[in-house]
Amino acid sequence: MASRALTGPGRTAILSGWGRTSPSAARVVSFHGGGNEAAARVSALLADPAGRGVIARGLGRSYGDAAQCAGGTVLDMTTLDRIHRLDPSAGTVTVDAGVSLGTLMRVLLPQGWFVPVTPGTRMVTVGGAIAADIHGKNHHVDGTFGAQVTSMLLATPTGLRHLTPGAGPSDPDAALFWATTGGMGLTGVVLEATIALIAVRTSRIRVDTDRTADLDETLALMIEGDSAYRYSVAWVDSLARGRHLGRSVLSRGDHAERHELAGGGAPLAFDPGAPLPAPPPMPLSLLNKATVRAFNEAWYRKSPRHEVGRIEGIGAFFHPLDAVASWNRLYGPRGFLQYQLVVPDKETDTLRGALERLSGAGCASFLSVLKRFGSAAGPLSFPMPGWTLTLDIPAGTPGLAPLLDGLDDAVAAAGGRVYLAKDSRLRPDLLGAMYPLLPEWRAVRDSVDPDGAMCSDLARRLGLVRPSENKNMPPLATHQRPPTATARQKEPHQ
Amino acid sequence: MNDAFAQPQSVLVLGGTSDIARATVRALLAGRTRSVVLAGRNPAGLALAAEDARAAGASTVATAAFDAADVGHHAAVLGKVFAEHGDFDLVLMAVGVLGNQAADEADPVAAAGVIWSNFAGPAAACLVVADRLREQGHGTLVVLSSVAGERVRRANFIYGSSKAGLDGFAQGLGDSLVGSGARVMVVRPGFVTTKMTAGMKPAPMAASADQVAKAILDGLARGAEIVWAPGALRPMMMVARHLPRAVFRRLPV
Repeated sequence: MASRALTGPGRTAILSGWGRTSPSAARVVSFHGGGNEAAARVSALLADPAGRGVIARGLGRSYGDAAQCAGGTVLDMTTLDRIHRLDPSAGTVTVDAGVSLGTLMRVLLPQGWFVPVTPGTRMVTVGGAIAADIHGKNHHVDGTFGAQVTSMLLATPTGLRHLTPGAGPSDPDAALFWATTGGMGLTGVVLEATIALIAVRTSRIRVDTDRTADLDETLALMIEGDSAYRYSVAWVDSLARGRHLGRSVLSRGDHAERHELAGGGAPLAFDPGAPLPAPPPMPLSLLNKATVRAFNEAWYRKSPRHEVGRIEGIGAFFHPLDAVASWNRLYGPRGFLQYQLVVPDKETDTLRGALERLSGAGCASFLSVLKRFGSAAGPLSFPMPGWTLTLDIPAGTPGLAPLLDGLDDAVAAAGGRVYLAKDSRLRPDLLGAMYPLLPEWRAVRDSVDPDGAMCSDLARRLGLVRPSENKNMPPLATHQRPPTATARQKEPHQ
Repeated sequence: MNDAFAQPQSVLVLGGTSDIARATVRALLAGRTRSVVLAGRNPAGLALAAEDARAAGASTVATAAFDAADVGHHAAVLGKVFAEHGDFDLVLMAVGVLGNQAADEADPVAAAGVIWSNFAGPAAACLVVADRLREQGHGTLVVLSSVAGERVRRANFIYGSSKAGLDGFAQGLGDSLVGSGARVMVVRPGFVTTKMTAGMKPAPMAASADQVAKAILDGLARGAEIVWAPGALRPMMMVARHLPRAVFRRLPV
């Protein structure tokens, strides 16, 4: 029997996040006719109530279930990838939402412009960057990606809207703009955006490295010195315990000037090359406590105690993992999850407690990153002033579910939160405590989508969007085959 | 929705009074499950199981009258359950009767009744559920089979063959769901000390309903297609399966 929800144009596909947990099936719709056709088709899809919800998807780098919609419609935005115009006098670029940050770098770097915010991968779209309101190593200076957007075109179920940031997140006239930055795609579909760029003289980063012995030294160094750098991040040895707890390699830097580059070559060249081929599908996770411990030890030891002025490429500094395609396969069939928390500045004890619990449980996080955040942004944006800790953990780690539930409780009690773009397992009843502006966000969201046309598995799991009560279930057919006259049942043995 | 650890939030149980089902619901409620619908024939038993679920932390518990043998009404009854309660992340098919082998061998109509209750009825309901899960684009159908169906024995061939039928049916149904986002997990418990087996002498490797429930949750987390409870039954039955008939029928089990 064909299921109604998954018929119609598009193809049915199984989608999951980058962590490869919780897959679900949806009808995937792509666009090939460019911006105007896409705007018309997106608007038509959003206005049609005969489905189980619509969500836009970019390059699928959200770790959890943010860009999938079980039984509904997923809009593949990656073919909407035109760069419309670069305005050198304003320092802005206007692009389709499906353009990736990698594409922007390839096109803009040779002209002396850099994206204002880049996460740990170039493989994200502008639309996804807005929806998750992503941050980078420069958050303490520049804020989130959303804060760099000067205007955007949003298709909502109640019509197309041109949005600007107004006077900032507290400006009521700009409420929909700020509900969209960090809104996890649930306010509508971003079609186009104009972004403020960073002018650079070279495509390299001048990096200072410091190796710290414990958490206190790490935090002190970051508090004291971060303001001197545009980019700052600490890699933490998540398995170090006791007096080594929180030992880190701190790497901080800024865009290099031309005179700092040794030798010749084009100062603005950017050619990350093709990534190494994807590892084959693994029967089990290659990343376990033993391999991660060995890697962590080696990485920590090989890092210089203190080094100044090393020149690195954009890829090596920002996106080392982009060098290998589909590296998420290394985690085996059960996948992995990324857990990212933020706690206010003064809650360093909560941060220490989290590290203690993780290392105490032998929780092998291959990539653990500590960073200091600057200002907060939209009502559902993740960043807030404070400390953010990120961990990559194999989903099959024994005892992981209750361990993370315990961390959630501690984080919420400290006034912190976890990042929805990474989430795949938060207890829904903690959402309100972690995101106190959720009611305001919902009110804005509901005003442009009163019937709940926008939906995602994340939204269903966490109750972000109130579901419209199964309005779309097809009528039931009654099977006509009667039970046979001889059938009767026995009670189970008593 | 199921989370990264395959913990469901909403659960429908067909055969809600089954001890294994009740233990499984309790175990799920210790995780992410908040909404439980218990369907079955016995309203008093369902009410007890519902109370059990509430005490274990369910925020929404509902019961529904459902007779697995009454296949003519499955679509309407289950359709109403799905329409009223929305998506189910997990559906547990726990309907089954043991019958009375000795008496049933002498009463072909009674024997057919056991087979209908354990195979035809649940199979028909599984088809209805599978269709809904396909529409949802996600969800797991867990089918309680039995080790008795892996190789049917002289001592309980009526029950055993009915479970063999359901087991094979569920595997095929699972294969038909590949690519739909939904899936089927078959559970093969051995002897379980429940009200169904009360008064019987426990077989070797007997398990409790709670142990079966734990095996089910472990199976969900690792995405298993077949779960044995206890796990040691798997190698044992691998051997038993290949024993010559003349040997197998003389085994004192």
